[in-house]
Amino acid sequence: MNPISKPDYMPIPELRKMQLEKLQKLIPYEYERVPLFRRRCDEKGVKPRDLVTLADLAKFPFMKKTDLRDEYPYGLTAAPMSEINRFHCSSGTTGKPICIPQTAEDVAIWTEGVARCMAMYGITRDDIVQVSYGYGLFTGGLGAHYGAEKLGCAVLPTGAGNTEKQIMLMKDLGTTVICCTPSYFLHLATVAEKIGVDFRRDTKLKHGVFGAEPWTDEIRERIEQMSGITAHDIYGLTEIAGPGVAGNCPYCHGLHVWEDHFYPEIIDPDTLEVLPDGEEGELVFTTLDRVGTPMVRYRTRDLSRLQVGECKCGRTMRVMDRVHARSDDMLIIHGVNVFPSQIEACLMKVPEVAPHYMIELSSTDTMDRFEIKVEVTADSMSDSMSKMEAVRKRVAASIKEIVGLSPKIMLVAPGSLPRSEGKIKRVIDNRRK
Amino acid sequence: MTVKQISIFLENKPGQLSGICRALAKDNINIATLSLADSADFGIVRMIVDDHVKGCDVLAKAGFAVVQTDVVMATVPDRPGGMAEIMEKLDRAGVDIEYSYAYALGSGEKAILVFKFDDNAKAEAALEG
Repeated sequence: MNPISKPDYMPIPELRKMQLEKLQKLIPYEYERVPLFRRRCDEKGVKPRDLVTLADLAKFPFMKKTDLRDEYPYGLTAAPMSEINRFHCSSGTTGKPICIPQTAEDVAIWTEGVARCMAMYGITRDDIVQVSYGYGLFTGGLGAHYGAEKLGCAVLPTGAGNTEKQIMLMKDLGTTVICCTPSYFLHLATVAEKIGVDFRRDTKLKHGVFGAEPWTDEIRERIEQMSGITAHDIYGLTEIAGPGVAGNCPYCHGLHVWEDHFYPEIIDPDTLEVLPDGEEGELVFTTLDRVGTPMVRYRTRDLSRLQVGECKCGRTMRVMDRVHARSDDMLIIHGVNVFPSQIEACLMKVPEVAPHYMIELSSTDTMDRFEIKVEVTADSMSDSMSKMEAVRKRVAASIKEIVGLSPKIMLVAPGSLPRSEGKIKRVIDNRRK
Repeated sequence: MTVKQISIFLENKPGQLSGICRALAKDNINIATLSLADSADFGIVRMIVDDHVKGCDVLAKAGFAVVQTDVVMATVPDRPGGMAEIMEKLDRAGVDIEYSYAYALGSGEKAILVFKFDDNAKAEAALEG
């Protein structure tokens, strides 16, 4: 076992004690240095000394993405600029960016999180790791880079884009691990096929470290089938660290949360009450070690569940369900709640279409228009109109069965929908608000 | 005579067909004939080119979904009743026509049609018989 994985197996009493001790340091630190947090505690009538047990954390106020926007750029920064070593920013989807100033210790803990995920996936210093996440303000590229370097891997920092060259390097240098968004990997695979590169035959690729966007089990299976690699899930968010907050082990159907650094809670997003392990709700994180921009009870908007019971791998860190939906992503179409991930799962049941799609919503005078564009695969092309129509009908039937709606299905040509090198946008909602 | 037809997926938006034709022209591939089939949302363009292997390759590289299919070319006498004779032969053989379109040819006494049958071999035997 890599020594870096040792904390993964920490006995639970020791882990809980450590979490409480860290919280008892963090809460007074935050109270003293971040006016917004202090004001909210005072409004609730709660003082740092009220944190006596872990359950007492529920008395403290939440933080939200809007707080990061409102307090942009430095309102939530707890450390002086002399201590700050790095900025990461996230654009979100609208309005001002959020900015997370970090100290060197913060970056080190983030790095450790990624390295522990990679070690758990079976990646070792013998691996050649190609980082095809974007580098820069986005945490994907640098996070994977530092994590792999920490493990002693050979890192190939290609960044995103320039796909044909990426494939050439992958082949020539003998890349064994690729880190990117699942949608970018699908794009890589399409380009590889076009230029006659077979991942199984022509590359040494074994592992994919995929994150930064919600993806379904169906996409994972599609990726593993088409490329012969093992697809690993890495979870994280810039507000808390970056990638490496949680990852899956070979046994669990979910992701171990590195809760010695990132304390998870699940809340009911309506009542804001903490839910017991085993129940689904909104994932909330508290950064136990962060100095630059600590987050107390940060509401991720991600829907998940903390699983009950021990994992076969022996790790004591709790397992969260993989995030297949964000509460922000939910669409209400003709009065029905729809998550894009449900649409994706339906599409993946039809082998003649590619995992590239776009959901488009618009308003007519009287009602909402709901349209899905999906690419046909080159292999499913037929000279027969009725065969192509049958593909369209199968897609429609699959969506009708699971979602209960009948969107207009538009088959489009392979490669015609936009590809993304970072987080992909799969919904265009032009309805009147 | 059996020949290779190439069929290309066509999105229902302007500029699609010209993109295909430009891609072929750039590699000096000549289109002998083509036909369009369309539904409300998408279409299939079927064509006979002078080099189907190269044609397929060029279009696939340009990102089009393309497939090769065997079709039958049949000569029809260019006079009243010419087509009827051909159809009667096919009826007797019991083959179904999935689609058909005309082959462009210089002026002459014959017309050439392209057919896709449910059973090309059987249809061809019937036409020769």
